[in-house]
Amino acid sequence: MLLAVLSGFILAIAAPWFFKAFGDRTGWVLAILPAALAVYFGSYIPEVMTGETVVQEVPWIPSLDIELTFFLDGFSLLFAMLITVIGTLVVIYGGGYLKGDKDIPRFYVFILAFMASMLGLVLSDSLISLFVFWELTSITSFMLIGYYHDNAKYRKCAHQSMMVTVGGGLAMMAGLILLMMIVSDPAGAGLQGAEAFSLRAILAVDSGLITGHEFYVPALLLILAGCFTKSAQVPFHFWLPNAMAGPTPVSSYLHSATMVKAGIYLMARLQPGMGGTELWMTLIPIVGATTMFMGMYFALKSTGYKQVLAYSTIMALGVLTMLIGIGTEKAMLAFVAFLLAHAMYKGAFFMIAGIVDHETGTKDLKVLSGLRKKMPITATVAAVVAVSLAGFPPLFGYLGKKMMFETALEAPNVQVYILTLVALTATMGIAVAGLLGVKPFWGEEAETPKPAHEAPLSMLLGPIVLATGSLTFGLAPFFADSALVQAAVTAIWGQETDYYLALWSGFNTAVVMSAVTLVAGLLVYWQWDRVRGVMESLQWLYDHGPEWAYTHGMDRFLPWIAKKQTGIIQNGHLRYYLLTILLTLVTLVGYAFFTRGEITGALSFEVHFYELLVVLVMLTAAFFAASTSSRLGSVAAAGVVGFSVAVVYIFFSAPDLGITQLLVETLTVILLVLVLFRLPEFVSFSTTAARIRDVFVALLVGGMMTALLLATQDVQLYEHDPISHYHIAKSVPEAYGRNIVNVILVDYRTLDTLGEIFVLALAAIGVYAMVKFRKRDERLAAAEASEKEETA
Amino acid sequence: MEPLMAYVVGGLFAASIYMILRRSIVKLVIGLILLSNAANLLIFTASGLTRGAPPLIPEGAQFPDPMPAADPLPQALILTAIVIAFGVLAFAVVLINRAYEILGVDDLDLMKETDA
Repeated sequence: MLLAVLSGFILAIAAPWFFKAFGDRTGWVLAILPAALAVYFGSYIPEVMTGETVVQEVPWIPSLDIELTFFLDGFSLLFAMLITVIGTLVVIYGGGYLKGDKDIPRFYVFILAFMASMLGLVLSDSLISLFVFWELTSITSFMLIGYYHDNAKYRKCAHQSMMVTVGGGLAMMAGLILLMMIVSDPAGAGLQGAEAFSLRAILAVDSGLITGHEFYVPALLLILAGCFTKSAQVPFHFWLPNAMAGPTPVSSYLHSATMVKAGIYLMARLQPGMGGTELWMTLIPIVGATTMFMGMYFALKSTGYKQVLAYSTIMALGVLTMLIGIGTEKAMLAFVAFLLAHAMYKGAFFMIAGIVDHETGTKDLKVLSGLRKKMPITATVAAVVAVSLAGFPPLFGYLGKKMMFETALEAPNVQVYILTLVALTATMGIAVAGLLGVKPFWGEEAETPKPAHEAPLSMLLGPIVLATGSLTFGLAPFFADSALVQAAVTAIWGQETDYYLALWSGFNTAVVMSAVTLVAGLLVYWQWDRVRGVMESLQWLYDHGPEWAYTHGMDRFLPWIAKKQTGIIQNGHLRYYLLTILLTLVTLVGYAFFTRGEITGALSFEVHFYELLVVLVMLTAAFFAASTSSRLGSVAAAGVVGFSVAVVYIFFSAPDLGITQLLVETLTVILLVLVLFRLPEFVSFSTTAARIRDVFVALLVGGMMTALLLATQDVQLYEHDPISHYHIAKSVPEAYGRNIVNVILVDYRTLDTLGEIFVLALAAIGVYAMVKFRKRDERLAAAEASEKEETA
Repeated sequence: MEPLMAYVVGGLFAASIYMILRRSIVKLVIGLILLSNAANLLIFTASGLTRGAPPLIPEGAQFPDPMPAADPLPQALILTAIVIAFGVLAFAVVLINRAYEILGVDDLDLMKETDA
């Protein structure tokens, strides 16, 4: 399985060379990989059907207990099949759709990388690798939405989807870490090491230990934030219609069939462990049902073919979320059936949308009409998938819808809300199916920007295969039921279910609901223009929804914050930077000092008279240097400080320091005096208030240093001998030196000294360069001046 | 002696901090000189002050005399620091001199813009 995931990435890297070799037929060639993977995963169906779980463990970062373990049970197999089968069709379709586009190799690279990431996501056992693959799908999605990168509007759409999904992803990561803390709590499940990250191990834990934990609510809310953003739930749904900026094959694959279902996937996975609580069964169905209704509402309002599809995808994602939230046994079966049905009909519809756009040059549903004669195959396929979308027997979509009705009727919480929205959505769904499958193809033939003609085989293959699937699974539900659905339901429900899919399971409320909504839906379709007119009168409301909040946040609020905080933090005044640093230092050290430090009284004030004299001179000179208004006086006073320091070194057994300090101090004074007359006079720029503030800060820092130094005097930090004992002992026998300080500099710490030499050399080069450039600048200025004179 | 030195070091720090917070670039340079002296003395004092026992080993002996001698390691570190501080100072002085020549101002507040 590791190879199955990685092969996608490898082929993605190689894709541009494939394009060089195969040109327009690259799609067909590259599709061999997803097709082969589909066969590979398909070969596991008999094994997984019996309830087996295939596991492959690969150590990844063993020191952190992170494994790259893959597992395949019924649910991941269902997803893997969807990803590889639709992936095959999309790669072929993309080759036809983007034929002649200059960036087509890039499309192949990212679509294959996406496929591999998505496979990794649904096969991962470790939550860490799941998260990594999750983010990889966000990144590949960003690249694919922004495929037409020379259009600023499309780039913005890509950016938006990235910000929303990755933002949610970060929240999810925090949630997953909390989940890990819950299951590794020794008072609860107490999972150790890699087990704490493992989905299988987590789901094997008694769910009461998870839902009863104090971190349960934050963990759940954070994980749901990731799932809701990824799966475009209200109020994060707005990025999905904008993601339609990408090429149609991308929309079909990522933003309908697979990636947007990642959030659904994770919620369904976690349902046995984290579900069943009041919070789960109330929040998720409400969000799901609202998303479902809003999605369908906007689908009916839109006039662009792809926009309608995007919103109806949001509707489907809402349905799936709602079903997970209801979380009964029947809900799980409905969930899997709807998932499969939706992937098939929506994938097909997106490809049809691409065909219509590609071959007629428009995707405006108000214009499109009567294409049936020019595009007979597309029209037939569209009719079949539309019936599935409408949820009408004998297509598979009917099963999904019927199960959804039955589940909604037994929803334990917020049932009235769910049922109302389900009925309204189903009604509008009929009308939307009509808009997508009937209106463009039937009725009077209309003018199109490009003369319409039938699409090539590469583009027709996908819709045909998917439509056939919808029809076959619908007519013979046991086929899908036995192959995939039951195994998937078993995997997420935790045990085998007694329910099964059947076209006719007696006359019940669900059938009545289907019939009523069908009639109402046909009415809405017939009066589409009028309904849309009513909907458009509420335009003001749509303009101030979550997307408005997002764009305002990104375009106004964020720059405003950035500007303000830059103004405060990056104010361009050296002294404020210094003040910030110093005050932070004083606060932190002061805090540590107050809580932990102490100054004991056992200090020796034993001082010789000459020592006292020197330090008094030093302090007086320092005070004079800081307070005088004379440049020369200040430089001289600083020199006095330096010389007194040298004397202190000599008093206290540091002859080398004393000598060096004397030398350096002499050079410093000479340098300053030399440069001094080129420099400006001392001027007082600061106000009195600023000066008082600075004196205060200076005394604060000085006081802190004094306190620190006093505290260090009676603290023995190290239990062992200081390293200098070693330096002293080895100085003569091993380093053959009698001046130990020198031995340390040139022997024990040679590299330090080498570094020091480099620093000095750099400073010298810098000084030389600045002096040199001045001469050149002066020459240039002189040349310029003389030139001017000449012209004058 | 160490407690007294602690107050002296504190005083040097205070004087240097006051100077580097000034707007005049020349005062900033003086502040830098004082600051490096203060920091060196801080390390020197923290390692303990020893009178009349330099870390030198007499001819023919294996250990310094008298023992215990002053700790040689802080001395080596300070020696490096003194030299580096001089390098930095020389660079700073020339840089400031150049900046003054080009910009004609010595007020740090007027040196905020990157394009002269």
